[in-house]
Amino acid sequence: MEAKDYDVRKVDISWCPGCGNFSILRILKETFAELGIRPEDLAVVSGIGQSSKTPHYFKTNTFHSLHGRALPIATAVKAINPNLTVIAEGGDGDMYGEGGNHLLHAIRRNPDITNIIHDNMVYGLTKGQASPTTMLGVKTTLQVNGVILEPFNPIAFAIALNASFVARAFVGDIEKTKEILKKAINHKGYAIIDLFQPCPSYNKIQTYEWFKNNTYYLEETYNPNDRIEAFKRSLETEKLPLGIFYVNQRKTFEENIGLYENNKDPISFRERNQQIITEFIDSKMR
Amino acid sequence: MDDISIVLCGEAGQGVETIEEILTKVLKSSRYNIFATREYMSRIRGGINSTEIRVSPKPVRAYVDRIDLLFAFSNKSLDHLKERISEKTLIFGDKEVIGELQNVIDVPILKTAKNVGSVIYSNTVTAGLISALLNVSEYELRNFIKKYFERKGEEILKKNLEAVSEGFKLAKELIDSGINIKVKKSDDLSRDIGKDILFSGTEAVALGSLAGGCNFISGYPMSPATGVISFMASHSKEFEIIAEQSEDEISAINMAIGSWYAGGRGMTTTSGGGFALMEEGVSLAGMTETPVVIHIGQRPGPATGLPTRTEQGDLNLALYAGHGDFARVILAPGTLEDSFYLSKYAFSLADKYQVPVFILTDQYLLNSQYNIQSLDYNKYPTKKYVVKTEKDYQRYLFTKTGVSPRGIPGFGEGLVIQTGNEHEEIGHTTENATLRKNMVEKRYYEKLNQLKNEVIYPELLGGKAYKYLLIGWGSTRCIVEEALKEIKEPKLGFLHFKQVYPLPREMMGYLINAQKLIVIENNASAQFANLIKMETGFEIKNKILKYNGRCFSVEEVVTRIKEILED
Repeated sequence: MEAKDYDVRKVDISWCPGCGNFSILRILKETFAELGIRPEDLAVVSGIGQSSKTPHYFKTNTFHSLHGRALPIATAVKAINPNLTVIAEGGDGDMYGEGGNHLLHAIRRNPDITNIIHDNMVYGLTKGQASPTTMLGVKTTLQVNGVILEPFNPIAFAIALNASFVARAFVGDIEKTKEILKKAINHKGYAIIDLFQPCPSYNKIQTYEWFKNNTYYLEETYNPNDRIEAFKRSLETEKLPLGIFYVNQRKTFEENIGLYENNKDPISFRERNQQIITEFIDSKMR
Repeated sequence: MDDISIVLCGEAGQGVETIEEILTKVLKSSRYNIFATREYMSRIRGGINSTEIRVSPKPVRAYVDRIDLLFAFSNKSLDHLKERISEKTLIFGDKEVIGELQNVIDVPILKTAKNVGSVIYSNTVTAGLISALLNVSEYELRNFIKKYFERKGEEILKKNLEAVSEGFKLAKELIDSGINIKVKKSDDLSRDIGKDILFSGTEAVALGSLAGGCNFISGYPMSPATGVISFMASHSKEFEIIAEQSEDEISAINMAIGSWYAGGRGMTTTSGGGFALMEEGVSLAGMTETPVVIHIGQRPGPATGLPTRTEQGDLNLALYAGHGDFARVILAPGTLEDSFYLSKYAFSLADKYQVPVFILTDQYLLNSQYNIQSLDYNKYPTKKYVVKTEKDYQRYLFTKTGVSPRGIPGFGEGLVIQTGNEHEEIGHTTENATLRKNMVEKRYYEKLNQLKNEVIYPELLGGKAYKYLLIGWGSTRCIVEEALKEIKEPKLGFLHFKQVYPLPREMMGYLINAQKLIVIENNASAQFANLIKMETGFEIKNKILKYNGRCFSVEEVVTRIKEILED
């Protein structure tokens, strides 16, 4: 497969010029192509926001849903048909704000899905208000005296909840991001990728330049199985680490359901014999 | 006596539910018709709860105020039930437990249980006592107890069998002292009542849903609707169903929607308060034309209201839930058979028209059980409408019916593109005004029109050539039906709706034939009468409403109908 196999004809992309989302779109197409995942076998569930429009711009099964609700939908899609590669995609406002409770419990539930969060530290679609990851003191049209809420740290949060796979990437580095994304998709279990991206329209602080100067990659020798070390690294703020912080292989939601042990057929394709209802009623209710 | 009403009244945690479970099953196998329902407080321990069990030679399916035999397990029982106790009520109680009370026949249940080994055997002693008073053979009860306690180990089983015998001895003493309870067994000689189906509203909804192909259920625990998901969770393996407790109701409905998107048949179960959180999900289902089945077990609101009690107060909520215009269906079973059939039907209907389908029950219906002869498993056959997609598949293709063929990801060559934004036929977002208009018409008018062609008509009970017409919906059905039999007014008909939305096109036809129309609803604002007015312009002036958190009783309905008829 090649990246162009995911191209959609006649598409009117609504992102601003210079938006980090363009790079993410390219990264996604190349990643899926290199992994050989056919668009028909892929389901991308997104929430609401500029980032959540992404699945309209490349070939894939798409469920562009409601603000914050991609995770419960994606969880059910994977559970009912584990043959699909399922991605839940949204922005920092969508996943960390509106969908916060779902994020918490998706990590606990551990469905085998990949959760990509376009993190530009600002609200784009609603024009520039603070997001859960906006830094303290930043002034916006709504936070007129500057942000007073402690910024949300998704990496520390995920590691604290013993998430199955925790990573952070930066769109400015396409190759490294693809590498992380591939590992996340191939990882069996819930994988979260906090993906730094600039917003040229509403975030004048976190530019490509800023991300370059304020991030570094976790060293080659870093051990992602050490939860304490991972948590320590996730708290660093002087320079923000990029890479795979934490990997913890545990049973997925689909495995825990207990319906796929002896039969790999997706639940969606199994037929229920009406007779088992009749027999159940006759044996238990009469 | 035609039928007797037995009431067991005690505190939460005293085991009244266990006695109910044993008695209903044993009495049914002894060829009695059974009806049972319970009312309880929102308490884990303490409080005061009661269970009514009607035992009858003829089928009984409704709650009555009357108490013939009362078994009081708490000193609060008599006060709790004082309005229902009459001179004819025989009250049994253990002096040691409830203290010296007037008019109470003392039965030393506690002492007997202790002699067997522990107070916990009180339940089985009581079950033995009541069974014996009702002429159930000790052999029959022992057989049941053997099955019931089989898994609990030999010692426990032995003790419980001993408790049964002691219960029978207690009953013998009562009978010897002159207490004589006569109730006939089933007078239907054409069949063995003992082989009837005995299940609750909760089980009927769950089993009906399973028969409808439900293979995914998500819900957040909330009385009285939790039983449906618990039932499915306990039988998840045998029915191959995913039953997941979600983090909140918002997640529950979105999961159910997600399951349909990927080819499953999902439902969610909740009560009004939980459903309030699901509204945006209903809207998403409407916009994306994703089928979804929503069971709402109603309880009195607003807010937390009365968590364990009953009301028909969420019709408006189901009717108007979700912003924007789109079609939906609301079903409201009145019998246990219909709870099964309509729950089954909901899935094929949701699938066929790609709309949200509601099953509206309530605490009373869900917690009631009675014996039914059989179920017609061919009724509302389970049909599936998913298509295999072609390369150029368009999820929202315009068709004559407003219904586009529904594909699912991973089945065929096409891509299934859905969005909660306004969209083109292929599923990508649009702001085109013409497309918008056409899509609204597809989702609302065209589907609603199709749905009206498939309306389940109301059932006309009582007088067919009516002069007076009662109108009701959902769980009040059997209560009103029994009241009609008592009133014996040939000119009084009862039009019961098990589909409350959309209404039949011929609605006016029913209304104009009546000189006097009376609506009966378990809510304060006559929500269904208001819906009828909105749809037809016809105002129903006579209203029998009840909103104290309790179900109607047969006696009360008789009185209130008579008042209106005489007015």
